[in-house]
Amino acid sequence: MSLSNNNPALQAAGLTKIYGSGHTEVVAVRDVSLSVARGEIVALVGPSGAGKSTLLALLGLIRPPNTGRIIIDETVVFDNHQVKVNVRRFRRQKFGFVFQKANLIPFLTAAENVRLAMEIDDQPARISRRRAMELLEYLGVAERAENLPSMLSGGEEQRVAVARALANRPSLIVADEPTAALDSVHGRQVMELFRKVAHEQNAGVIVVTHDHRALDLFDRTLEMEDGQLRKSHN
Amino acid sequence: MNLATKDIKHNFGRFVLTSAGIGLLLMVVMGMGGIYRGIVEDAVTLVERIGADLWVVQKNTRGPFAEISRIPRDLEDGVLTVPGVESTHGFVSHTVQRDYKGKSLRLTIQGLSWPLDKGLWLPKAAGRGLTQAHYELVADKSSRLQVGDKLPLGKEIFTVKGLTKGMISQAGDSMAFMTLDDAQAVQFDLSPESIRIERMARVNRLFNIELGQIQPQMSERAGGPSSGIPALGTSMVSAVLVSVKPGYNIEAVAKHIDAWPDVSVYTKDGQKQLLLQGPADRARRQLGLFRRLLIIVSAIIMALILYTLTLDKLHDIAMLKLIGAKNSLILGLIMQQAILLGGIGFCIAYLLGQWIFPYFPRRVVLVRGDLYSLAIIVFVISILASLLGIWRAMRADPSEVLS
Ligand SMILES: Nc1ncnc2c1ncn2[C@@H]1O[C@H](COP(=O)(O)OP(=O)(O)OP(=O)(O)O)[C@@H](O)[C@H]1O
Ligand SMILES: [Mg+2]
Repeated sequence: MSLSNNNPALQAAGLTKIYGSGHTEVVAVRDVSLSVARGEIVALVGPSGAGKSTLLALLGLIRPPNTGRIIIDETVVFDNHQVKVNVRRFRRQKFGFVFQKANLIPFLTAAENVRLAMEIDDQPARISRRRAMELLEYLGVAERAENLPSMLSGGEEQRVAVARALANRPSLIVADEPTAALDSVHGRQVMELFRKVAHEQNAGVIVVTHDHRALDLFDRTLEMEDGQLRKSHN
Repeated sequence: MNLATKDIKHNFGRFVLTSAGIGLLLMVVMGMGGIYRGIVEDAVTLVERIGADLWVVQKNTRGPFAEISRIPRDLEDGVLTVPGVESTHGFVSHTVQRDYKGKSLRLTIQGLSWPLDKGLWLPKAAGRGLTQAHYELVADKSSRLQVGDKLPLGKEIFTVKGLTKGMISQAGDSMAFMTLDDAQAVQFDLSPESIRIERMARVNRLFNIELGQIQPQMSERAGGPSSGIPALGTSMVSAVLVSVKPGYNIEAVAKHIDAWPDVSVYTKDGQKQLLLQGPADRARRQLGLFRRLLIIVSAIIMALILYTLTLDKLHDIAMLKLIGAKNSLILGLIMQQAILLGGIGFCIAYLLGQWIFPYFPRRVVLVRGDLYSLAIIVFVISILASLLGIWRAMRADPSEVLS
């Protein structure tokens, strides 16, 4: 284990997200604080509408919170209504995203989808090409490298999406129900992958899931209800 | 890795169809420009090929093309006496439309001053010039006439002796050349009945005046062919063409003749100007207007196509933003496709045009300069057209991926 293992990949405090206004107002996330260490894999569970996806969107810098503070890799990213960094750049350099759908670019092959993540961060093609192949191999889909997403099975697509999320050696991987579209065998395989990634790549991983049978693979489980975190196990 | 070309490869069929559509549209734009040029060139080459230094026409008219001009044919001899004039000949030009072999045939007939001019100077495509003073013609091959065809005109049957190329009147009709006498005969052809009535009217007029009473034998003359009556004057031509001797100032000769009270004189360039301002002008402006409208239509259609292409990719664009792609990548994707679409459309337009324009009823002249400026216009409208799609893409929010 490296020294940075104990440094938090993510620290969030007092996050609140309100959708709409007036009588349509919904408080999706209410005063949430949490931290995720590098090398740690955390599950986020809770009933539908609890605010899990919204919290993940806040942590992933996809949506701005109404209030609160987000620190990624010891950099203050968001503090009290103010964005402190170039969010787009932060997302490509520090984050890996995986969703229920793989959301691969349909006109690029599996390998190109992975390379794209590196090329938008100005990595030379020579390096991105090699690393894309390494990642696809690591995730067991190397033989699908030259296939378009439409030729891949759901599980394969999701593995390619994980490879893309890993491409820029992120500090934090956020995944929203990544196994919901997969059968339980493939679902568990993907969850095992996340565990492996957290421990081997030394990234913080936070996964929203409804699959309670896979919770044994996580270091910690956060339960959410009505926009708030209830308690943490372990 | 170029996203624009990867996307095109993925949706190749659609892209090919779209660029073919744009190509057809641009071909029409190109054709319009070419016809516009053709009109200008036809007008100019007509004057150029006829080659006269000066055009002597009826006083204060802008003849013989822009309006009707009639001057006595014997002005040929009068003008010849002017110092510096090398040669003169009468010019007759009029258009006939006849049915020939079941098709409508339009010919703009030019008189040649036989025997000096046998039409040997004409750009020949087949056959040769005139070989006798009557009943022969040389026609432009755009008339679809063949050497040896026999064409009834007036009271005679004319034999096609030769074919020219590129001899088109300013109205777009094929030109035909015959001797001046024949051309006049065709122009002033009257039916036997109207000739009979005309002669009877002359005899009646004669007896209504004193002369007829004193000299009744004159009625024989009056009732005969008009060429036999000195009092009726010579025949009329549309213009007299003048060649100026080398070493003489054309302007000075023109000034000399222009001082006469009964004629106006135009130089070669003056005559070209008249044609461009006159008959060619409205057609030219109409085409110019259509061309501009079509360019606007192309721009709008391209904008809609690119907008739709962008809408189709909106989810992918949101995903690109989510994983941190810069706006320039997305902008580049749309703009490169726009330019490719325009560029390929332009090439299709050009290639298709090369193949199809020769079959257009009017001459289409593609000038290099026009092609370059159209290429630049296409480039500009491609970029403008992509703006709508880009605007939509820029509004796409990464959180759209989540919904
Ligand atoms: N874009 C939005 N605009 C308005 N309200 C929203 C929006 N997104 C989510 N909400 C509301 O916020 C609350 C939390 O939604 P969220 O999607 O975060 O829940 P979730 O825990 O992910 O649920 P699920 O398990 O069904 O995915 C819900 O009441 C939802 O209706
Ligand atoms: Mg959700």
